[in-house]
Amino acid sequence: MSLRTPLGKVMGLGSAKEGTGHWWMQRVTAIALIGLGLWFMISIAAAGDLGYGSTIAWLARPVNAVLLSSFVLTLLYHSKLGVQVVIEDYVSSPVLKVGGLLLSVFVHLLLAMAGVISILRINAGGLS
Amino acid sequence: MVQLTLPENSKVRKGETHPAPDGAGNVRRFIVYRYDPDNEDNPRLDTYEVDMDSCGPMVLDALIKIKDETDPALSFRRSCREGICGSCAMNIDGTNDLACMRAINDVKGDIKVYPLPHLPVIKDLIPDMSNFYAQYASIKPWLQSQTPPPPDRERLQSKEDQEKIDEPSACILCACCSTGCPSYWWNDERFLGPATLLQAYRWLVDSRDEAAGERLDQLEDPFRLYRCHTIMNCTNTCPKGLNPARAIAEIKKMMLERQH
Repeated sequence: MSLRTPLGKVMGLGSAKEGTGHWWMQRVTAIALIGLGLWFMISIAAAGDLGYGSTIAWLARPVNAVLLSSFVLTLLYHSKLGVQVVIEDYVSSPVLKVGGLLLSVFVHLLLAMAGVISILRINAGGLS
Repeated sequence: MVQLTLPENSKVRKGETHPAPDGAGNVRRFIVYRYDPDNEDNPRLDTYEVDMDSCGPMVLDALIKIKDETDPALSFRRSCREGICGSCAMNIDGTNDLACMRAINDVKGDIKVYPLPHLPVIKDLIPDMSNFYAQYASIKPWLQSQTPPPPDRERLQSKEDQEKIDEPSACILCACCSTGCPSYWWNDERFLGPATLLQAYRWLVDSRDEAAGERLDQLEDPFRLYRCHTIMNCTNTCPKGLNPARAIAEIKKMMLERQH
């Protein structure tokens, strides 16, 4: 039970003065993913032989390593922004909300690290 | 988390049936949500059989006839009966609409009438609009200008500039759009909702207003503005044929414009 006025509740803690960057980066990463996603699918389709050796050789080419790490990072950044919106939309309990947002950031960061370091290792010749 | 089922005391039960008078030939069935705060009963759905030969063409005509002739306790808001006051907004046949503007013949089968979704119900078809009105008040829906008006006349506006506010000014604040928006359902205290954002846009594009910067500052918030995910229910349901979704997209473009 609260006797706060409806206007008081609506004004709340005021405007966060942000959100535009988040919204815009969702669009930018979406556009980037169209190009990178197409490149990735065409590369896989054109490769034909998807065996271990030929995949390692494919990734050893710098252009493929650059584009694949861009794809992984953009995909995970886009996913992080999207998961954040889903949690903010649907989770109203403060504990679950903050916990979910933190977990999402950590998981996305770890996946990004794992992806990029794997690509670098292969590209640097460690596994060829 | 999101509550997917209604609490026990909000579950809607089957209510009474009020049959049409003997000899009525052309009968339509109205199934109406009823809730009375003065007793402990759950909400219920009452069925009213209405003789269409002695009833006007609109859903509001039928509700008034039911109240006059069958059940004086049935409660709903109405005033102008011509789609300009916005009082009789309710959920008819699954979509939000004005009862005075929805023809009974446009509904197939039983006509189901519920209050606007996701607002606290005061009684029957009357929702509590306090939060909605407070959100409207929060955007300061009036002209803000430092330049005083000319001493001998009103503030002038070109015809082209007037046309920019023609459409958003036609909003009657019936709340059909906001209460039809899923983002508003989940975050109704923090997301301003399409109706209020359409009005915010109306003042942002008013050529006489000088407070666009402060208005955008107030709107720039992950919840107030950016909960809109372009679901488009607002534009789909607007009884006046307005386009709140486009207005919200325009506000987002203004936010970008002042950064780049």
